[in-house]
Amino acid sequence: MLVLDRVTYDAIVAHARRDHPDEACGVVAGPEGSDRAERFIPMLNAARSPTFYEFDSTDLLRLYREMDERGERPVVIYHSHTATEAYPSRTDIGLAQEPDAHYVLVSTRENGNHEGPVECRSFRIVEGVVSEEEVRVVSSYEQPSGDGNAPTPRQQEQ
Amino acid sequence: MAIDVRVPTILRTYTSGERAVTARGDSLSDLIEDLDENHPGIKARLLEGEDLRRFINVYVNDEDVRFTGGLQTSVSDGDAVVILPAVAGG
Repeated sequence: MLVLDRVTYDAIVAHARRDHPDEACGVVAGPEGSDRAERFIPMLNAARSPTFYEFDSTDLLRLYREMDERGERPVVIYHSHTATEAYPSRTDIGLAQEPDAHYVLVSTRENGNHEGPVECRSFRIVEGVVSEEEVRVVSSYEQPSGDGNAPTPRQQEQ
Repeated sequence: MAIDVRVPTILRTYTSGERAVTARGDSLSDLIEDLDENHPGIKARLLEGEDLRRFINVYVNDEDVRFTGGLQTSVSDGDAVVILPAVAGG
């Protein structure tokens, strides 16, 4: 299961809407060894395409260096599909190279740049095998989410 | 002295879980050969035929080697090599 706080969930959806009809992409980083998606990092889609996304290679290096320095890992890797469902494409499956990440897909095919319901689903993609998982949106990570994680100490809000 | 190589999560199965290893060589090509001697199998994950795989990025001192001569990029002691899988999809 992926637990996302409302602010992060809304930020992912807003990014997908903003970049429609091109695919939007980004990361939510969290502390190494945890599964907390804490730091929302929208990335530029260097492909600027409605059917493909790729982080710019210089941005990618900067991102991973920053995460290393902060003791973080990519907890979530998200991108949007703008004409198809929120399910990993064959390309997504073939190129998924972060076995520990939650791959989040948002589909903007229904409402494009506008408000309205969006499909937002999460998957693990490991060695070509896709497993869908529940997405639970919580008002904050501080509230007991019932997923077995002990409440954690108060985090500093940005 | 040697060259530090940062290994991404997905390739740490070849480095006993180590996130950084050292290797030697005068070019990136040599360095990958040396890596493969100590971590057999890693080369096949980096190269496709005679070239770097399209969705593997390699940086020498922060420069993407696609812009510095690819596998012929020269390296020397004290350099830092970073391997990062592209984050991409459709």
